[in-house]
Amino acid sequence: MLKVSTAPHIYSQTNTRTIMRDVIIALAPAGLVAIILFGLNALVTIATAVTGCVFFEYATCRYWLKTRPSTSDLSAVVTGILLAYNLPCNMPIWMILIGCFVAIIIAKAAFGGIGKNVFNPALAGRVFLFISFPVQMTTWINPNWKDFLNVDVTTSATTLGILKHAEPETSFFELADKLPSYTDMFVGNIGGSMGEISALALLLGLFWMLYRKVISWHIPFYYIGTFALLNTIFWFVAGKATCEPLTQLLSGGLFLGAFFMATDYTTSPMSKNGKIVFAIGCGVLTFVIRQYGSYPEGVSFAILIMNAFVPLIDKAFHPRIFGTGRK
Amino acid sequence: MTSLILFNVLILSMIAVIAAIVLYFTAKKFQVENNPLVDEIAAMLPQANCGACGSAGCQNFAEKCAAATADDFAGLYCPVGGQKVMSKIAERLGYKAQEKERTCAVLHCNGTCQNAPDKVQYIGLKSCRLASRVFVGNTGCPNGCLRMGDCVRNCPFGAIELNKVTGLPQVNPDKCTSCGACVRICPRGLFEIRPMGKNGVRVYVACNNTQKGAQARKNCKAACIGCMKCSKICPDVKVENNLSHIPTTISAEEFGEQLAANCPTGAIIFTGKKNEQN
Amino acid sequence: MNKIKTFKIGGIHPNKYKISSDIKISDAGLPETVIIPVRQHIGAPAKVLVQKGDKVKVGTLLADLDGVVSADVHSSVSGEVLKIEDQEVSNGYFEKMITIRVEGDEWEENIDRTPDIIRDIEATPEEIVQIIRASGIVGMGGAGFPTPIKVEIPEGKKADCVILNGIECEPYLTADDRLMQEYAEQIVIGARILNKALGIQKAVIAVDENKPAAIEALQKVTREYIGVNVQVCATKYPQGAEKQLIEAVTGREVPPGCLPIDVNCVVQNVGTAFAIYEAVQKHKPLFERIVTVSGDGVKHPQNFRVRVGTPASYLIDKVGKNGDIGKIIFGGPMMGLSGINIDAPVTKTTSGILLLRTENVVVPEVSPCIRCGTCVEVCPQGLEPFAITNFVRNGEYQEAKKIHVLDCIECGCCAYSCPARIPLLDYCKLAKYEIRKKK
Repeated sequence: MLKVSTAPHIYSQTNTRTIMRDVIIALAPAGLVAIILFGLNALVTIATAVTGCVFFEYATCRYWLKTRPSTSDLSAVVTGILLAYNLPCNMPIWMILIGCFVAIIIAKAAFGGIGKNVFNPALAGRVFLFISFPVQMTTWINPNWKDFLNVDVTTSATTLGILKHAEPETSFFELADKLPSYTDMFVGNIGGSMGEISALALLLGLFWMLYRKVISWHIPFYYIGTFALLNTIFWFVAGKATCEPLTQLLSGGLFLGAFFMATDYTTSPMSKNGKIVFAIGCGVLTFVIRQYGSYPEGVSFAILIMNAFVPLIDKAFHPRIFGTGRK
Repeated sequence: MTSLILFNVLILSMIAVIAAIVLYFTAKKFQVENNPLVDEIAAMLPQANCGACGSAGCQNFAEKCAAATADDFAGLYCPVGGQKVMSKIAERLGYKAQEKERTCAVLHCNGTCQNAPDKVQYIGLKSCRLASRVFVGNTGCPNGCLRMGDCVRNCPFGAIELNKVTGLPQVNPDKCTSCGACVRICPRGLFEIRPMGKNGVRVYVACNNTQKGAQARKNCKAACIGCMKCSKICPDVKVENNLSHIPTTISAEEFGEQLAANCPTGAIIFTGKKNEQN
Repeated sequence: MNKIKTFKIGGIHPNKYKISSDIKISDAGLPETVIIPVRQHIGAPAKVLVQKGDKVKVGTLLADLDGVVSADVHSSVSGEVLKIEDQEVSNGYFEKMITIRVEGDEWEENIDRTPDIIRDIEATPEEIVQIIRASGIVGMGGAGFPTPIKVEIPEGKKADCVILNGIECEPYLTADDRLMQEYAEQIVIGARILNKALGIQKAVIAVDENKPAAIEALQKVTREYIGVNVQVCATKYPQGAEKQLIEAVTGREVPPGCLPIDVNCVVQNVGTAFAIYEAVQKHKPLFERIVTVSGDGVKHPQNFRVRVGTPASYLIDKVGKNGDIGKIIFGGPMMGLSGINIDAPVTKTTSGILLLRTENVVVPEVSPCIRCGTCVEVCPQGLEPFAITNFVRNGEYQEAKKIHVLDCIECGCCAYSCPARIPLLDYCKLAKYEIRKKK
């Protein structure tokens, strides 16, 4: 039987599934680093989070939203991985499952499922856990690649934790002694959430996504650019009791957030200018929370707050219509 | 301690007073003068805002009613609310309600999946209005139903649904309010608002094809071929452009069964029998 | 070679599939009967002048233009008029057509059939417009807008540049590519004729980068014609769209709702320029054109010189079907119309006939929008197809109009690249129809 349709009659090779697959590939290096450095615990956490998210996604689509289960588009897998990356590696399994529940059912399905959520599901899950279980969520295991089975576990504070709780009189050099070296921070040999420790692995992921055109460069660039600029200014003005901008950049979840969470399609603006405004907002908020807030880390809150502004930003910024005044 | 409580109570009361004053003045400033009569009439209306009466929504219709003289009022009719609502409004206004027969929408096509099987498969956006501009339709009939259900989606009362067996939209006469949304939306103009008839007995031509007989039959077994048999039975039935039209003035009880039985293709539909069974 | 230019906003890079670009134009020959529609252009159908039983020659006027926006229709074969009645066109609707049984190949005497290239343009500007009108020339890129209207500049406007559109950005199609390779000089003379008719000196032939042979052929010729230049444009879809082409070549943007003449440009397809050359220099009305028959359902893709009115099935038989055919497309795969009638005739605007195999016909599986913003990114008009879609789904056509849906050029970039396979273009088209209907 002949088929009839309107134009176009050919389509690009990209679909939701291939996009999500590319994101998973981009997330793989960071996961690998986490498993090497944190051992079995990391593997269990990632597996639990992914399974939990996929299960909740399937269940909600099937029994609540009554739509064709969208698990095959891999978006729930991405949410699961991102949620796991935002957790310390020794979380109890039932807490991880609560995180999955919040991420998929409260942050995503309650708004109507894929494409309709206002807040990034993984971040919502993380923040919920962070507020509910502050002790477990801030117990940071020291990375130790020799100890795969997690026999001998030691804990320490994160870079940002050290900074936040430093005495106001501490001089810059004293502080610098307590902080890990740049190499350690770049490769990932520091304590922290599983996915955020290795800047190198996250950068590899970013390049993969840029190469595959999954994301545009605007959000990561303006987010990190704004943050770096504000820190540099602050460093020059305030002088001591803070650290140089590079440490700020490499520590905490900034790269993970800027590359993978702020660029989430559904919860970021559509137009180019909107994306820039969104990213600058994220950068400013992250800076403010890190410097003045009571929490050491501000990336998750910054992105979630800016998520709420996305509908407004989308209303305010539109692409230039062809043939109307050039700016 | 006492002073603290007192202080709190004071502050809260002050806020309440200020808010009350602000609210009072804004309410005064933005108040819209409403004719209470209009509101009263609007409350009687179905509030479907379908526009079937020719006004822009029920509020507008209520305004027209309120302003109408007895003569003007005769020209106003809410097809959704029907006789019941109109007589209620008339009573309120002290006018006489207009007598109108109940009507409902009928589909002038019998191109079911069986009568007019799909020749090609349309894989674009399921919208009759778009598809009819792209091509002739899956069945090949240039005047017939496209079976994609724009009417179903646009019916404000859920009175139309696509029959799973025939593929055609089916009007539920009990729910149909003759608002005319389907008449306006159908790109092929297949719907017509016709009188319900006594006990739901109606007779009409379920075809809109103006092609010559042989051509029309090629695509659809139930096409009107313009054979004139119906006009021989009842001379009021007019055949124009290879298409028969049964005017509403013809008595369905008298001619309906005969017309339907004698149509060689089954394009004439008589609803009488079915309703007797019910 | 001067700088490669392109338009700035949006655009996509579909696979090209130009499998027939090295295949020389061959003559399709004469079918037994031809069916010539009286409306092969935008506007009013032409008035039929012949009657059943009349003998006609190649080039005989069959139908006369009716009103300003209309075009003459000439016979493409010699023979006898069999019938004049409504017949099925490619999309299944019925339109008035003239059926002619082919008998021999006798041409009208005044048509110059020699292969000589006539370089001197003797006709005056008024005569040129007259000849273009009498030859039934319409835009051959696909839309079929009658050419005389474009050549006569309205009062108060002026043109300073003729742009010949040699950009065939649609995948598969190679008709214009072959035409430029084989008839480069005729096209350049066509540009000159247009220059003379408009009283200007400058003409630019825009060709996209992936046609090196055509660029070379044209550049060789344009050396001898001062004022005619070849402009190489990037291979990007929809580079061949009128507004995008003007922006690429001149940097001027046609404002919404305006025509190219509002930015002092006249754009013609190279096929149209060739037809103008033949009409003015060789007295040959428009009754044949180059048609690419291609697609993965075709055994031997070809570029045919086809008489208007030749049934598509005749051409398909010549190239041979390959496998089970799932879709027939008249035009290119991005903007072409899918047909249901294989016997539909080739018209003045048919640039290609594509056959796609059943297994390669994509049945889009629509999934929810993930707000990725690709549609916004690729739209060459700077629209937001996702927002338009949302409005149309709710029936809010006036809201869609406010976000400029009427500026949509229906290029299909959004629907092509949507990862959720939402028929964004269908929604835009629906909005345009509904808004225009309400007016």
